[in-house]
Amino acid sequence: MSGLGLYLAQRISAMVMIPLVLTHLGVMIYAVRGGLDTAEILSRTQGSLFWGSLYGLFVITASIHAAIGLRVIAYEWLKLSGLGLNVFAVLVGLGLLALGGQAVYTVVLA
Amino acid sequence: MIRPHQKQPLWLAFAVHRMSGIGLALFLPAHFYILGTAMKDPQSLDTFLHWSELPLVRVAETGLVFLLAVHCFGGLRLLALEFLPWTPYQKTLAALAASLALFFAVSFLLNGI
Amino acid sequence: MSQLPVIKRDDVVNMRIWRGDASGGSFVDYKIPMSETQTVLDAVTWVQRNVEPGLSYRFACRVGMCGSCAMMVNGRPRWTCRTHVSKVIKNHQIKLEPLRNLPVIKDLVCDLSDFFAKWLKANGRFVPTETRERPVKKISPLSKQRQAANTAIECINCAICYAACDAVEQNPNYLGPAALNRAWTLMNDVRDGGKPERLRAVTGDGGCQCCHSQHGCASHCPNELNPARSIAGLKQAAVTAIFKGEV
Repeated sequence: MSGLGLYLAQRISAMVMIPLVLTHLGVMIYAVRGGLDTAEILSRTQGSLFWGSLYGLFVITASIHAAIGLRVIAYEWLKLSGLGLNVFAVLVGLGLLALGGQAVYTVVLA
Repeated sequence: MIRPHQKQPLWLAFAVHRMSGIGLALFLPAHFYILGTAMKDPQSLDTFLHWSELPLVRVAETGLVFLLAVHCFGGLRLLALEFLPWTPYQKTLAALAASLALFFAVSFLLNGI
Repeated sequence: MSQLPVIKRDDVVNMRIWRGDASGGSFVDYKIPMSETQTVLDAVTWVQRNVEPGLSYRFACRVGMCGSCAMMVNGRPRWTCRTHVSKVIKNHQIKLEPLRNLPVIKDLVCDLSDFFAKWLKANGRFVPTETRERPVKKISPLSKQRQAANTAIECINCAICYAACDAVEQNPNYLGPAALNRAWTLMNDVRDGGKPERLRAVTGDGGCQCCHSQHGCASHCPNELNPARSIAGLKQAAVTAIFKGEV
């Protein structure tokens, strides 16, 4: 993908994430009251289509956003370029997607 | 070390955005990994969550909330800068983003006490 | 006749000037007498005329019109002709280096070839749509597009913004604030006929998407232009063009 394509993907993923992050911030501030425990988290998320799709979308957009962002930083600061740079970005994206997907699966479906 | 040509608020806004982005990218794998163990071993997650209530750990978590909030609001400023009609108040908007982030982080800290 | 500056014997400026060439160099200290209305360019000239005739530096107009005397003064890019010694002196010292992000030729002189090449690479050249046989096109100075073009037009190519930009430092392909600012001026010029090609030129490798909106350009431009704003305009135009299928 060209530089402009990556730029646009970065901005679109950011726009999608703004409401997701605001929701997540709200949930954190709400849930931290009286301490966190596993049962409380799971009672909110288990089998919930709403939380499942919200956090599913969050994981996908965050993976894209982080991969493109770290790609820029690796190019500018670590002087990676060419194939190495793209392999690095794809690994970051897929790694986050796999770990995040597993987390959402566990908390919502398992 | 901030070099002389960088000594201006919007460079600082850039630095905060980049460093918070790196911080979040490093934190996310750990966050996902721990949540991934939730169902496999609820007890270990509970042990972890109780550990997270220690005051010092709570302060560190507040730092993470700040990273997320400051990246979000700082990013919102950048989206507005790039896609909305130009405003000359960029420094004010950056300060506003930082204050909002601090507000969310402190709300998290105080609510968790 | 205007009054000559009074030089007090005790006031001495230590000019730390970078001496060397492309293969390397180091700072050399020159102690010079300070005077009240002295500019940094005056100080450099004093060194060359009285101490070190071999010192190389550039200047032409001495009044902030040509932009050729730009150097790093205490780590910031400035027009030395428009910078008073008394304003920037720190601990009786001023540190002078050639402009950042450009290859050095000798001492305070750097090679601006890349800088100008990028101006052309960004299609910074006006593409006429009329011939000399036709009457001059009337353009209202009040029209929105003309005002947008005017906002960014006063650039004199001094490379201060280029030296102030971290994105240029970290990405040698990046076209830089001056070239993109010029491109944006032409994108707003209704007489110009090269807009689609120019938009492709400024969105390719090293294009406007490499800008991190740090505003180093805007905070250092001696003409108080805001290339970061122009670049944001290009980004917006580029995204609009993507959705219209034009890029």
